[in-house]
Amino acid sequence: MSRERLRELAVQSGPELLLVALFAASLAFSAWLSPYFLRVTTLFDMTSQFMELGLMALAMTLVIIMGQIDLSVASILALVGVVFGLLSENGVSLALAIPAALALAAVLGMINGWLAVAFRLPALVVTLGTMALYRGIGQILLGDRSAYGFPAWFVSIDFRYIPGTPVPLPLVIFAAFAVGFFLLLHRTTFGRLVYAVGNNAEACRFSGIAVDRLQVAVFTLSGLMSGMAGLMMTSRFASARWDMASGLELDVITTVVLGGTSIFGGRGTITGTVLALFVIGTLRYGMGLANVLPQNQSVVIGLLLILAILGPETGRAWQARRRRAAVRKGGELQASKAEVSAR
Amino acid sequence: MRTGDPQAPGPSAETLVRAMAGTIPTRGRGAARFRDVGLLLAVVLLAAVTAVRSPHFATAANLQRIMLDISLLLIVATGQTMVVLTRNIDLSVGSVLGLSGIAVGFLLKDHPAMPVTGILLLGTGLGLILGAVNGALVAWGRVPAVIATLGTLTVYRGLVFIHSGGQQVNPQDIPLQLVAIARPGALGVPVMVVMAFVIAALGWLLLRYTRTGRAMYAIGSNPDAARMRGVQAGRIVFLTYLISGALAGLAGVLYAARFATVNPASAGVAFELQAVAATVIGGTSILGGRGGVPGTFLGALLLGTIANALAVSGVSGFWQRAIEGAIILAAVAVDSLIRQHSFKEGARRV
Repeated sequence: MSRERLRELAVQSGPELLLVALFAASLAFSAWLSPYFLRVTTLFDMTSQFMELGLMALAMTLVIIMGQIDLSVASILALVGVVFGLLSENGVSLALAIPAALALAAVLGMINGWLAVAFRLPALVVTLGTMALYRGIGQILLGDRSAYGFPAWFVSIDFRYIPGTPVPLPLVIFAAFAVGFFLLLHRTTFGRLVYAVGNNAEACRFSGIAVDRLQVAVFTLSGLMSGMAGLMMTSRFASARWDMASGLELDVITTVVLGGTSIFGGRGTITGTVLALFVIGTLRYGMGLANVLPQNQSVVIGLLLILAILGPETGRAWQARRRRAAVRKGGELQASKAEVSAR
Repeated sequence: MRTGDPQAPGPSAETLVRAMAGTIPTRGRGAARFRDVGLLLAVVLLAAVTAVRSPHFATAANLQRIMLDISLLLIVATGQTMVVLTRNIDLSVGSVLGLSGIAVGFLLKDHPAMPVTGILLLGTGLGLILGAVNGALVAWGRVPAVIATLGTLTVYRGLVFIHSGGQQVNPQDIPLQLVAIARPGALGVPVMVVMAFVIAALGWLLLRYTRTGRAMYAIGSNPDAARMRGVQAGRIVFLTYLISGALAGLAGVLYAARFATVNPASAGVAFELQAVAATVIGGTSILGGRGGVPGTFLGALLLGTIANALAVSGVSGFWQRAIEGAIILAAVAVDSLIRQHSFKEGARRV
């Protein structure tokens, strides 16, 4: 492979390479913190801590590519957990309670999408409202206690493995969904439309694409995935509370943005999100090993979010400035030439 | 922050249609005025019903409690109103309040004899710095407002924990001269309430009668047009975040005075929701360009009355979050209906 080809490859997959490097760095950091970290079982078990985050980030990738945002995901997770817990406490069989909880999750997501479409509001504002409303309903329903007493087969999903391997069940579920979302986004018309709407919703509307229906569908999907995450977290903790996963929407958005999805819509990949998930997950786990308090971990995540957006934006602004300077000096042709040689 | 939303009818189109129709007035439109009256009516009705149902509502002590609660909210929401008018949002105000309260509280632990003015200025100054970070990120870093301030919400709250080591500031650490500003002063009105009204009045004057204030409206209703007219959009947006941060910082000191306790895990948590709610209920459009401080005052009044009515009627405090969420949704939905209505009306007259 020639040097030029290599360089081209590096430019093309730059963000992904950076993420892989980051992932390696956070692995090394954690390994340095604890001698028990670099064991196969530890590495696999660690993943169970952030698979809920992963499930929500998959759907959030679509939401953000579409040029929207969903602030209510963690609240849907909590409300679904609470309702599911109450159903189970009141003797409803889980064969019924699980589909009911997922249906509720889908409806909550659909309400987000519908409100935004019907009132022509940015989803940001709508989900800011439902973020408070959904969690608030959970608080009203359950008060300041936990719902528990689930059947033994349902709880501790993170301690179930594929027989004979150290691969925990949450990882398997996430992997299946990741493949599903990859195919949905990158191999179907639906996925192409999500990009199209994110790039130019107005043009899509004039091309006869049902933009509104697409938006409601994507938000419903986001609600559904948050519901899945709610069930998974309830199983992991063997209990549900109104304040579970509070603030997790920040991690979800950070994961997606760190994965290279543009906050302005139109660009992003599932691969990037999956890589970023492992970076953030390992980082959180490593900080946990180092006894960093959860609130202080959030400081790092918050900074990461801001940097993940600030970095590419300043890079782009810098490129644009250089281009303008080149145009001033030598005209348009010269500028394009300079740009090509810079690559 | 709304760059990612191509679906909302662009104010540019709206402005264009209305300019052609010759119906450009920005205030005194029927629907908007109807909302103000409606808000006031809602407050009066709520107060009347609660007064009948509970003997604890219409007492002097309780009315004063409401005024103190509203003061805190009004101060923060005045800043929020300016930010929202420029089509941005500041979600970090609750954490700024908490950080200022904690920082001042710990300072007072070591230096109990500090003069009140000094304490107030310190809190405000700290808020100013935190607001400057937000403003720089949004105005010059081109980070969408909601993302930038969601990030700083978390970072600032983390700093609260780091600075306090998880310890709370206790009543014995808050000197009496500070507590006094939340107690009835001359004419029975606490200094804190007076301060809130003065700040709101200044905010109203700034927005209504100064070039800077008008520029905030201009940026919110049409950023491109404002820029072409020579408005320094970046500078104005930065300024709104400075103001919002400074006021939230001041509110942190007042919080310490009012409650004499500052807990890192609860001081100002989710306060941004109340500030945004007060702003949008009061008729400031979440898409910028329309609204103002008088509406925000009514919004704060309604929120404060609801919270108090719930408490004195013995309804569990668990209801508050859901009600705030529902109110935000209702307010932005109504705003959207008014917007579409006036849009159609403008189009019809063309």
